[in-house]
Amino acid sequence: MAKLSIQDLKKIKEDAAKDMVIRGGKGNIKIIVHMGTCGIAAGAREVMATLMEEMNEANRQDIRVVAAGCTGMCSSEPNVTVEVEGEEPIVYQQMDRNRMRQVFKRHVLKGEVQTDFALARG
Amino acid sequence: MSKIRTQLMLCGGTACHSRGTSAVRETLEKELDRRGLAEEIQLIETGCNGFCAVGPVMLVQPDEIFYQKLKPKHIPHLVEEHFLKGRPVEKLFYAESASKETIPNMENIPFFAHQMLWAMRNKGLIDPEVIDDYIARDGYFAAAKALQEMTPEQIIREMRISQIRGRGGAGFPTGLKWDFARRSPGDVKYVLCNADEGDPGAFMDRSILEADPHAVLEGMIIAARAISAHQGYIYCRTEYPLAIRRLNIAITQAKEYGLLGKDILGTGFDFDIEIYEGAGAFVCGEETALMRSIEGKRGMPRPRPPFPALRGLWEKPTILNNVETLANVPQIMLNGGDWYASVGTETSKGTKVFALSGDVRNIGLVEVPMGISLRTIIFDIGGGIPKKKKFKAVQLGGPSGGCIPEQHLDIPVDYEAIAKVGAIMGSGGMIVMDETTCMVDMARFFMDFVQDESCGKCTPCREGTRRLLDILKRICDGKGRPEDIEDMKELSHVIKESALCGLGQTGPNPVLSTLRYFEDEYEAHIYEKRCPAKRCVALLKFEIDPDICTKCGLCSKVCPTEAVTWKKKTVARIDKEKCIKCLSCFGKCKFGAIF
Repeated sequence: MAKLSIQDLKKIKEDAAKDMVIRGGKGNIKIIVHMGTCGIAAGAREVMATLMEEMNEANRQDIRVVAAGCTGMCSSEPNVTVEVEGEEPIVYQQMDRNRMRQVFKRHVLKGEVQTDFALARG
Repeated sequence: MSKIRTQLMLCGGTACHSRGTSAVRETLEKELDRRGLAEEIQLIETGCNGFCAVGPVMLVQPDEIFYQKLKPKHIPHLVEEHFLKGRPVEKLFYAESASKETIPNMENIPFFAHQMLWAMRNKGLIDPEVIDDYIARDGYFAAAKALQEMTPEQIIREMRISQIRGRGGAGFPTGLKWDFARRSPGDVKYVLCNADEGDPGAFMDRSILEADPHAVLEGMIIAARAISAHQGYIYCRTEYPLAIRRLNIAITQAKEYGLLGKDILGTGFDFDIEIYEGAGAFVCGEETALMRSIEGKRGMPRPRPPFPALRGLWEKPTILNNVETLANVPQIMLNGGDWYASVGTETSKGTKVFALSGDVRNIGLVEVPMGISLRTIIFDIGGGIPKKKKFKAVQLGGPSGGCIPEQHLDIPVDYEAIAKVGAIMGSGGMIVMDETTCMVDMARFFMDFVQDESCGKCTPCREGTRRLLDILKRICDGKGRPEDIEDMKELSHVIKESALCGLGQTGPNPVLSTLRYFEDEYEAHIYEKRCPAKRCVALLKFEIDPDICTKCGLCSKVCPTEAVTWKKKTVARIDKEKCIKCLSCFGKCKFGAIF
């Protein structure tokens, strides 16, 4: 490995800091994938995997992905809740790969609530 | 951003390792893999988290859920419930000992809530074996600033403005020490790091080295720049294998990045660090003995002056700083001396790390702002005394320190205030003692330690501490004489006045400070042949007080020699012929009826 200059040091900091975001600081958008037994049976793992792919592509530091339990409406699983700071949380129902991509690209990144498959507010 | 959604910060400090971190880690890895979560969830082994009492501990990010007392058998359930299904497992949360209320988030646990993390700012946040993690948290930017933008004079000016004092115990102003060394003539100078932590009950330096080794290296680079040294040594005791391993990894990584060695960061400044493993002699924590030991000689102190800043290692100007002091240096360079001096009391600035141990609920490592009261540390952060016992005293500063009783608990953490009540700030060992501690026995323990660790060079320390120990042993054995107290006081003062180094000069402190507050216990031992705390076996009569005895018979059941006889509804009796003084009945009796 070649010796670092101060510019290299800054570069390393920026790269490494990306992986560290999860450990500190708060995001202002939280995406909750409901992963109860029912959710997983209905395909929540796939939804989560898709979400992580999208996250990877978007490269945003202020979004947190959290797994949570069943919301109680097992028939509408997989559920995903999107919480944007200062706005009402939106619960989406019967998610799959395509719907997840759409919600991420439109709602999370652009702020357009996808009413077609929204289940409820909060 | 990678695909990782959750990071598991598993504590890999020595304390958690001894409680099974490795097994937990293995099971975790296996379970995450089995559930197909290995790509989404990253397991990171950090340095000491500080809350050693409930280890192994793990912090789940970004949920900020804190799990404690993990065992491999908990892991399959935990992985399925929390990491797969998103339901945190409540039975593994921290529970407040008084109310049994569970607290899921780390920041709400009282143990963490009162702390102020400066020297330990990276603890539990970074993987100590990954240099990039440290750099991500502003690591080596202070060194870059010091090497590129600051002159040695400016570095020392910041250090002096910060008013930081040596965290090893004596509390000498660090900036002043560096200034002396800078002014000393000579081309060859050395920067040393004292990691020979030897006080019983102290583990601050070990934890910092295990959690954030690069911070210490960076502090040394800045110190080297300040005094124009090009070689540094870390003197670490060999009993700290994990600290040494992580230091070695850190040094190798820093060298690969060119942060150590020739022409650091292209600034033309050369500095290298080597680790010197000490064999664990207590006296080698004394600066002149430490330097002799590095030189390959027998670790014995020499008289000062000349001070090491003038003639130290190999007779060259040398500075020696404690691990904790050095870990603070990068922060002072980045944020300025004024920032550091904004916290604390008039004469003691910044924060101090304490290793809290003994009869206290939350054993562990705490970093608090100077000026906080001892009571807050012991009762709010430490959670108070377990088993409904009463507080008796707290021992500060190891064998060179002293104990502080209840009436002085409200004094602030401050070098001068602590010295005034007869203890010393010390390196940060804080041993809490409850009412069942016999102060004479405690003094005997520390004197045994000092006597054992005396290097033998000067007579007052070698012979004097031996005689003190003899007297203390005699008192504990019930053979104390009326003149003992006066003899000990006189002998202690002679040792204090005439011993060569800090170890000897402070050696009698355990005796003096217990005599200062607990002379009545000495008197009870000597005149009444009675140990009020019922610790000194020779002074126990092994009789049963019929007024206190509840006739429960537990004592007779545990007796291995059938010396205790008991019939239903009668007071038990101990046959002294058969009794082997094993203390089994003693531990069993909840009412203190045996004396």
